[in-house]
Amino acid sequence: MQRRLLRDGQIVLDDWRYVAEAAADPSAPLIVTLDQWRLESDTWLARGSPLGVVLSPEHHAEQLAPDLAHFALIAAQFPGPSEGRGYTQARQLREHWNFKGELRATGYVRRDQLFFMARCGFNSFELPETDIEDAYSAFSTFTAAYQPSNDLGLPHKLRAVSSAVTAYRAQE
Amino acid sequence: MYRYDITDKTLVRQRVAQFRDQTQRFLKGALSEEEFRHLRLRNGLYIQRHAPMLRIAIPYGLLSAAQLRTLAKIARTYDRGYGHFTTRQNLQFNWPKLEQVPDILAELAEVEMHAIQTSGNCIRNTTSDHLAGITPDELEDPRPWCEIIRQWSTFHPEFSYLPRKFKIAVTGAPQDRAASLVHDIGVHIVRGLNGEPGFEILAGGGLGRTPIIGQVVRSFLPREHLLSYLEAILRVYNLEGRRDNLQKARIKILVRSLGIQEFTRRVEAEWETLRDSVLRVDAVQIERMRGFFKPPAYRALPNLTPDAGKETAFRAWYRYNTTAHKVDGYRAVFVSLKKPGVAPGDATDAQMDLIADLAERYGFGEVRVTHTQNLLLPDVEQGKAYELWQTLERAGLATPNIGTLTDIICCPGLDFCSLANAGSIDVAKLINERFDDYDYIYDLGEIDVKMSGCMNACGHHHVGNIGILGVDKGGEEWYQITIGGAAGADASLGTVIGPSVPKKQVAETIERLLEVYVEQRSSEERFLDCVRRLGIKPFKERVYAAPIAA
Repeated sequence: MQRRLLRDGQIVLDDWRYVAEAAADPSAPLIVTLDQWRLESDTWLARGSPLGVVLSPEHHAEQLAPDLAHFALIAAQFPGPSEGRGYTQARQLREHWNFKGELRATGYVRRDQLFFMARCGFNSFELPETDIEDAYSAFSTFTAAYQPSNDLGLPHKLRAVSSAVTAYRAQE
Repeated sequence: MYRYDITDKTLVRQRVAQFRDQTQRFLKGALSEEEFRHLRLRNGLYIQRHAPMLRIAIPYGLLSAAQLRTLAKIARTYDRGYGHFTTRQNLQFNWPKLEQVPDILAELAEVEMHAIQTSGNCIRNTTSDHLAGITPDELEDPRPWCEIIRQWSTFHPEFSYLPRKFKIAVTGAPQDRAASLVHDIGVHIVRGLNGEPGFEILAGGGLGRTPIIGQVVRSFLPREHLLSYLEAILRVYNLEGRRDNLQKARIKILVRSLGIQEFTRRVEAEWETLRDSVLRVDAVQIERMRGFFKPPAYRALPNLTPDAGKETAFRAWYRYNTTAHKVDGYRAVFVSLKKPGVAPGDATDAQMDLIADLAERYGFGEVRVTHTQNLLLPDVEQGKAYELWQTLERAGLATPNIGTLTDIICCPGLDFCSLANAGSIDVAKLINERFDDYDYIYDLGEIDVKMSGCMNACGHHHVGNIGILGVDKGGEEWYQITIGGAAGADASLGTVIGPSVPKKQVAETIERLLEVYVEQRSSEERFLDCVRRLGIKPFKERVYAAPIAA
């Protein structure tokens, strides 16, 4: 069954394939690991379809920087419920490296994390099938926030309202 | 004090709704025990020995009378009529029912309180000096900065899944009453070479299994950069802190393994990418926040000597349980939660209600929690100290022992906590029974005893002048004793005096330590200074010279 995911606030069928899934679908957009990319970047580029890359928690976002222009998608991995490095990776990719493509959370991704993930800049989420229908409500759990953010994945932009950080509010 | 605006209120109410939903999903079986654990721990809810334990945040230890009354009501309605004040200026309830926790949170939200981030691997309650804004030795009131940090750290999207918990303390006076050197980050308000306002930033302090004193990361940070600098430190920690071993996951281990220079280099490099972002705190906002902490309407009063000619009991209380105020005619009054026979830091619902009333009658409706687990009435007119004392005395809240041997810091220990190896509360009780002669206690002078029931060190035993650590020895409760620790601006870690002792021998061991001090001290020398001068040898020899009767 084709994977469903939550992207930009909508439940959609995933048009992307990981390398292990790609055999039956040779022209589909393809997600490779960072190692696969480094070993065979020419092969993947020759394929001609959009490329994505998996970022592991131990990788630094800046390792992707030289090749960022090749990627339309970056998938940050969350191996378990206590993993938190992906939140920083997302902010660095969005804010420092100016990555505009799809930023996907994969691995242990549940509705209760979505709000924070979206605030850091993720806009697509690989959720378990059991969670995906209800997960959308997580985006409206909070209607305000104290911090500035890159809430690309949220249906409504939340601005920082901390009285300490109202320089941001003042920009509106 | 800070008052919530519509945004603060909205956020706290939405958090209650979110937690209610999470609790219901767990009770219905839609969330596994493990999945719910990760969620409830972000909201101060532990599953303990007898029942869940709920920890409620008291930002930088500041409470209004109305808030304290709500805590009393919660103690009465949902718990067994008492609560426990902690070393991080919070309050814990030991007997709530899981299904009622959302209702408790809803009651708290009505008085601008919550349990957000009081546990879990996130930024915890920011703590501060309990004398903030009233102490004569202060450079600047730290509370506006505490509130700025509170807001920045609440639901921070990037730092809600850190390698481990993260604690920040802020002080604005040379005397450090917030144990900032044993926090993940210590923020000290300082002045630059030309008098410009800013901060000294320390990182990597902590207690627990591996106690370490924090080190200076930056000796002067201009004030507008506080949040971006904190963000840079947290970011380096979030990416580099160990996640493979819980015992090694605190920032202190990262700072130690990288070395302070390399750690600082990485923080500064990250900060370069953040310093001119929207996190810059501007002067208008600083002034606005200061407005919440303006001095109350003090009366023009002369300084008095209210203890002159009064009975000994009042004079003792006035000397030990009150302290200097920067405004003439006023004193800050400690409400001792260290009555012999009562668990240190515990207060009943009736006591909380009474203290709330007293805060209104003898002050401006404000109460503070000290990190030594007492309460404080900050603005008492000296001329009214005597009648206040009479009321506190009747309520069992005037034990004249602040800063003395029996003002023991103590964790809940084996009686309540599922982590503990040994009892704490009953050791405090045994010490109180042994040392009940106030002439002797006062003669010993300033000395602090800190007791933890396990290596997690919630009772800060490493930085006690006398530290007591509960250890499990073949299923029995034994205690390791350290001396020479200190938590203030001259913080140091205590040294273990020798083999641990069984519970029955703790009080005698302490008595022998004190004997050496009384014999060897020079005039006015504190216990701590005496230990620092002599080293542990004479103390150790005395304790282990003759067997202690079982």
